[in-house]
Amino acid sequence: MLRRLLPHPLLTVALALTWLLLVNSVTTGQALVGLLLGWAIPVFTRRFWPDRVRIARPWWLVFFLIKVLWDILVANVAVAALILGGRRFARPAFVPVPLELRTELAISILANTISLTPGTVSAWLSPDRKTLMVHGLRVSDPEALVQEIKTRYERPLIYIFEPPC
Amino acid sequence: MLEIAISVLIVIGAAFTFIGSLGLARFGDFYTRLHGPTKATTLGVGALLIASVIHFSTRGEGVSLHEVLVTVFLFITAPVSAHLLAKTALHLRVGSLAPPPPRAEAASGAQTDGAD
Repeated sequence: MLRRLLPHPLLTVALALTWLLLVNSVTTGQALVGLLLGWAIPVFTRRFWPDRVRIARPWWLVFFLIKVLWDILVANVAVAALILGGRRFARPAFVPVPLELRTELAISILANTISLTPGTVSAWLSPDRKTLMVHGLRVSDPEALVQEIKTRYERPLIYIFEPPC
Repeated sequence: MLEIAISVLIVIGAAFTFIGSLGLARFGDFYTRLHGPTKATTLGVGALLIASVIHFSTRGEGVSLHEVLVTVFLFITAPVSAHLLAKTALHLRVGSLAPPPPRAEAASGAQTDGAD
Protein backbone atom coordinates (compact mmCIF):
# COMPACT_ATOMS: atom_id res chain seq x y z
CA MET A 1 0.00 0.00 0.00
CA LEU A 2 2.74 2.41 0.99
CA ARG A 3 4.62 1.35 -2.11
CA ARG A 4 1.66 2.34 -4.27
CA LEU A 5 1.21 5.70 -2.64
CA LEU A 6 4.88 6.54 -2.43
CA PRO A 7 6.67 4.55 -5.14
CA HIS A 8 9.94 6.50 -5.08
CA PRO A 9 10.70 8.32 -1.84
CA LEU A 10 14.13 9.47 -3.07
CA LEU A 11 12.65 10.93 -6.24
CA THR A 12 10.04 12.73 -4.14
CA VAL A 13 12.71 14.40 -2.03
CA ALA A 14 14.81 15.24 -5.11
CA LEU A 15 11.84 16.81 -6.92
CA ALA A 16 10.84 18.82 -3.84
CA LEU A 17 14.39 20.18 -3.56
CA THR A 18 14.43 20.94 -7.28
CA TRP A 19 11.21 22.88 -6.89
CA LEU A 20 12.59 24.93 -4.00
CA LEU A 21 15.68 25.75 -6.06
CA LEU A 22 13.53 26.68 -9.07
CA VAL A 23 11.38 29.17 -7.16
CA ASN A 24 14.54 30.27 -5.33
CA SER A 25 12.85 30.75 -1.94
CA VAL A 26 12.34 28.54 1.07
CA THR A 27 8.93 29.06 2.62
CA THR A 28 6.49 26.59 4.12
CA GLY A 29 4.08 27.11 1.25
CA GLN A 30 6.66 26.45 -1.44
CA ALA A 31 7.97 23.42 0.47
CA LEU A 32 4.42 22.00 0.50
CA VAL A 33 3.99 22.65 -3.23
CA GLY A 34 7.35 20.97 -3.83
CA LEU A 35 6.39 17.94 -1.78
CA LEU A 36 3.03 17.74 -3.58
CA LEU A 37 4.79 17.78 -6.95
CA GLY A 38 7.37 15.32 -5.63
CA TRP A 39 4.57 12.99 -4.66
CA ALA A 40 2.39 13.42 -7.76
CA ILE A 41 5.03 13.19 -10.51
CA PRO A 42 6.41 9.77 -9.51
CA VAL A 43 2.88 8.42 -9.03
CA PHE A 44 1.74 9.56 -12.48
CA THR A 45 4.94 8.53 -14.23
CA ARG A 46 5.49 5.26 -12.42
CA ARG A 47 5.66 3.28 -15.62
CA PHE A 48 8.91 5.04 -16.47
CA TRP A 49 10.50 3.94 -13.21
CA PRO A 50 10.28 0.19 -12.99
CA ASP A 51 12.97 -0.20 -10.32
CA ARG A 52 13.17 1.55 -7.04
CA VAL A 53 16.47 3.39 -6.61
CA ARG A 54 18.40 2.00 -3.70
CA ILE A 55 21.37 3.82 -2.25
CA ALA A 56 22.95 1.56 0.29
CA ARG A 57 25.50 4.07 1.57
CA PRO A 58 24.34 7.66 1.03
CA TRP A 59 27.31 9.23 2.81
CA TRP A 60 29.76 7.52 0.51
CA LEU A 61 27.85 9.03 -2.39
CA VAL A 62 28.54 12.48 -0.95
CA PHE A 63 32.27 11.69 -0.69
CA PHE A 64 32.20 10.30 -4.20
CA LEU A 65 30.58 13.47 -5.55
CA ILE A 66 33.17 15.67 -3.85
CA LYS A 67 35.97 13.55 -5.31
CA VAL A 68 34.40 13.72 -8.77
CA LEU A 69 33.99 17.51 -8.53
CA TRP A 70 37.68 17.82 -7.72
CA ASP A 71 38.55 15.53 -10.63
CA ILE A 72 36.39 17.64 -12.95
CA LEU A 73 38.37 20.70 -11.92
CA VAL A 74 41.67 18.93 -12.64
CA ALA A 75 40.29 17.52 -15.90
CA ASN A 76 39.32 20.96 -17.11
CA VAL A 77 42.78 22.38 -16.53
CA ALA A 78 44.48 19.34 -18.07
CA VAL A 79 42.32 19.38 -21.19
CA ALA A 80 42.69 23.15 -21.52
CA ALA A 81 46.49 22.76 -21.38
CA LEU A 82 46.33 20.01 -23.98
CA ILE A 83 44.24 22.19 -26.28
CA LEU A 84 46.44 25.25 -25.91
CA GLY A 85 49.89 23.77 -25.93
CA GLY A 86 50.50 20.13 -26.50
CA ARG A 87 48.02 19.21 -29.13
CA ARG A 88 50.70 17.05 -30.75
CA PHE A 89 51.00 15.05 -27.51
CA ALA A 90 47.42 13.92 -27.86
CA ARG A 91 47.36 10.19 -28.38
CA PRO A 92 43.72 9.20 -28.80
CA ALA A 93 42.64 5.59 -28.35
CA PHE A 94 39.55 3.51 -27.72
CA VAL A 95 39.79 1.44 -24.57
CA PRO A 96 37.22 -1.18 -23.59
CA VAL A 97 36.49 -1.20 -19.86
CA PRO A 98 34.95 -4.41 -18.53
CA LEU A 99 32.12 -3.54 -16.13
CA GLU A 100 31.31 -5.18 -12.84
CA LEU A 101 28.42 -2.82 -12.10
CA ARG A 102 24.98 -4.19 -12.87
CA THR A 103 22.37 -1.57 -11.95
CA GLU A 104 21.40 0.83 -14.72
CA LEU A 105 21.65 3.92 -12.53
CA ALA A 106 25.15 3.01 -11.37
CA ILE A 107 26.33 2.35 -14.93
CA SER A 108 24.88 5.71 -16.04
CA ILE A 109 26.65 7.50 -13.21
CA LEU A 110 29.92 5.75 -14.06
CA ALA A 111 29.58 6.70 -17.76
CA ASN A 112 28.79 10.31 -16.86
CA THR A 113 31.71 10.46 -14.45
CA ILE A 114 34.07 9.11 -17.10
CA SER A 115 32.88 11.72 -19.58
CA LEU A 116 33.39 14.55 -17.10
CA THR A 117 36.87 13.53 -15.87
CA PRO A 118 40.41 13.66 -17.30
CA GLY A 119 40.68 13.09 -21.01
CA THR A 120 38.05 10.39 -21.34
CA VAL A 121 34.60 10.22 -22.92
CA SER A 122 32.39 7.16 -22.67
CA ALA A 123 31.47 6.30 -26.23
CA TRP A 124 29.57 3.08 -26.30
CA LEU A 125 27.98 0.54 -23.97
CA SER A 126 27.83 -3.01 -25.25
CA PRO A 127 24.30 -4.40 -25.57
CA ASP A 128 24.97 -6.95 -22.80
CA ARG A 129 26.10 -4.05 -20.54
CA LYS A 130 29.39 -5.76 -19.78
CA THR A 131 31.77 -3.46 -21.61
CA LEU A 132 31.98 0.30 -21.72
CA MET A 133 33.98 1.67 -24.64
CA VAL A 134 35.93 4.72 -23.53
CA HIS A 135 37.64 7.16 -25.84
CA GLY A 136 40.79 8.60 -24.28
CA LEU A 137 42.46 11.79 -25.42
CA ARG A 138 45.94 10.88 -24.26
CA VAL A 139 46.36 7.18 -23.70
CA SER A 140 49.91 5.97 -23.13
CA ASP A 141 48.93 2.80 -21.29
CA PRO A 142 45.40 1.43 -21.88
CA GLU A 143 45.75 -1.11 -19.04
CA ALA A 144 46.58 1.64 -16.55
CA LEU A 145 43.58 3.68 -17.73
CA VAL A 146 41.23 0.74 -17.21
CA GLN A 147 42.68 0.09 -13.76
CA GLU A 148 42.34 3.76 -12.82
CA ILE A 149 38.70 3.91 -13.87
CA LYS A 150 37.92 0.69 -12.06
CA THR A 151 39.61 1.54 -8.77
CA ARG A 152 38.82 5.25 -8.71
CA TYR A 153 35.20 5.28 -9.84
CA GLU A 154 33.71 1.82 -10.27
CA ARG A 155 34.72 0.42 -6.90
CA PRO A 156 33.10 3.25 -4.89
CA LEU A 157 29.96 2.96 -7.02
CA ILE A 158 29.74 -0.77 -6.37
CA TYR A 159 30.20 0.01 -2.70
CA ILE A 160 27.44 2.64 -2.78
CA PHE A 161 24.82 0.98 -4.97
CA GLU A 162 25.52 -2.73 -4.99
CA PRO A 163 26.86 -3.86 -1.65
CA PRO A 164 27.32 -7.63 -1.45
CA CYS A 165 24.52 -9.02 0.69
CA MET B 1 36.51 43.54 -3.36
CA LEU B 2 33.48 41.49 -4.24
CA GLU B 3 33.43 43.11 -7.65
CA ILE B 4 36.98 41.92 -8.24
CA ALA B 5 36.16 38.35 -7.21
CA ILE B 6 33.13 38.32 -9.51
CA SER B 7 35.12 39.79 -12.39
CA VAL B 8 37.92 37.25 -11.96
CA LEU B 9 35.40 34.41 -11.96
CA ILE B 10 33.72 35.73 -15.10
CA VAL B 11 37.06 36.07 -16.89
CA ILE B 12 38.07 32.53 -15.86
CA GLY B 13 34.70 31.23 -17.04
CA ALA B 14 34.94 33.02 -20.36
CA ALA B 15 38.52 31.82 -20.85
CA PHE B 16 37.63 28.17 -20.26
CA THR B 17 34.57 28.37 -22.47
CA PHE B 18 36.74 29.88 -25.19
CA ILE B 19 39.42 27.20 -24.80
CA GLY B 20 36.74 24.53 -25.03
CA SER B 21 35.49 26.01 -28.30
CA LEU B 22 39.07 26.33 -29.52
CA GLY B 23 39.52 22.61 -28.88
CA LEU B 24 36.50 21.97 -31.04
CA ALA B 25 38.24 23.79 -33.87
CA ARG B 26 41.80 22.58 -33.37
CA PHE B 27 41.60 18.86 -32.71
CA GLY B 28 42.05 16.43 -35.54
CA ASP B 29 39.06 14.11 -35.58
CA PHE B 30 35.48 13.88 -34.40
CA TYR B 31 36.17 11.91 -31.21
CA THR B 32 38.95 14.14 -29.88
CA ARG B 33 36.82 17.17 -30.68
CA LEU B 34 34.21 15.86 -28.26
CA HIS B 35 36.64 16.31 -25.37
CA GLY B 36 36.81 20.09 -25.63
CA PRO B 37 33.12 20.94 -25.18
CA THR B 38 32.42 18.24 -22.54
CA LYS B 39 35.17 19.35 -20.16
CA ALA B 40 36.56 22.82 -20.61
CA THR B 41 33.06 24.24 -20.85
CA THR B 42 31.79 22.62 -17.63
CA LEU B 43 34.37 24.55 -15.62
CA GLY B 44 33.70 27.65 -17.75
CA VAL B 45 29.99 27.61 -17.07
CA GLY B 46 30.69 26.59 -13.45
CA ALA B 47 32.80 29.69 -12.84
CA LEU B 48 30.20 31.93 -14.49
CA LEU B 49 27.47 30.42 -12.30
CA ILE B 50 29.48 30.90 -9.10
CA ALA B 51 29.93 34.54 -10.11
CA SER B 52 26.17 34.75 -10.62
CA VAL B 53 25.46 33.23 -7.18
CA ILE B 54 27.81 35.70 -5.49
CA HIS B 55 26.42 38.68 -7.38
CA PHE B 56 22.74 38.00 -6.74
CA SER B 57 23.23 36.75 -3.16
CA THR B 58 24.93 39.98 -2.12
CA ARG B 59 22.31 42.33 -3.51
CA GLY B 60 20.31 41.98 -0.31
CA GLU B 61 17.44 39.91 -1.67
CA GLY B 62 18.47 36.72 0.05
CA VAL B 63 20.60 33.84 -1.09
CA SER B 64 20.25 32.94 -4.72
CA LEU B 65 20.82 29.26 -5.33
CA HIS B 66 18.90 28.31 -8.42
CA GLU B 67 22.18 28.42 -10.32
CA VAL B 68 22.86 25.11 -8.59
CA LEU B 69 20.13 23.61 -10.76
CA VAL B 70 21.86 24.81 -13.92
CA THR B 71 25.04 23.09 -12.76
CA VAL B 72 23.25 19.86 -11.94
CA PHE B 73 21.40 19.76 -15.27
CA LEU B 74 24.60 20.60 -17.13
CA PHE B 75 26.55 17.84 -15.40
CA ILE B 76 23.80 15.38 -16.22
CA THR B 77 23.20 16.39 -19.84
CA ALA B 78 26.70 17.23 -21.14
CA PRO B 79 28.07 13.69 -20.76
CA VAL B 80 24.86 12.16 -22.10
CA SER B 81 24.96 14.22 -25.30
CA ALA B 82 28.69 13.48 -25.69
CA HIS B 83 28.00 9.77 -25.22
CA LEU B 84 25.22 9.79 -27.80
CA LEU B 85 27.34 11.74 -30.31
CA ALA B 86 30.25 9.32 -29.86
CA LYS B 87 27.96 6.32 -30.12
CA THR B 88 26.40 7.65 -33.31
CA ALA B 89 29.83 8.40 -34.75
CA LEU B 90 30.98 4.84 -34.03
CA HIS B 91 27.81 3.58 -35.58
CA LEU B 92 28.34 5.60 -38.76
CA ARG B 93 32.06 4.74 -38.73
CA VAL B 94 33.21 8.31 -38.71
CA GLY B 95 36.95 8.51 -39.43
CA SER B 96 39.14 8.42 -36.34
CA LEU B 97 42.78 9.11 -35.51
CA ALA B 98 42.68 6.23 -33.07
CA PRO B 99 42.14 2.73 -34.40
CA PRO B 100 38.40 2.11 -34.03
CA PRO B 101 37.50 -0.55 -31.48
CA PRO B 102 36.79 -4.04 -32.79
CA ARG B 103 33.71 -4.35 -30.58
CA ALA B 104 32.15 -1.29 -32.20
CA GLU B 105 32.18 -3.11 -35.51
CA ALA B 106 30.07 -5.75 -33.83
CA ALA B 107 27.93 -2.93 -32.49
CA SER B 108 27.23 -1.69 -35.98
CA GLY B 109 26.10 -5.19 -36.87
CA ALA B 110 24.01 -5.57 -33.73
CA GLN B 111 22.11 -2.33 -34.25
CA THR B 112 18.67 -3.87 -34.38
CA ASP B 113 18.57 -5.29 -30.87
CA GLY B 114 17.41 -1.99 -29.48
CA ALA B 115 19.75 -1.92 -26.49
CA ASP B 116 21.28 1.35 -25.55
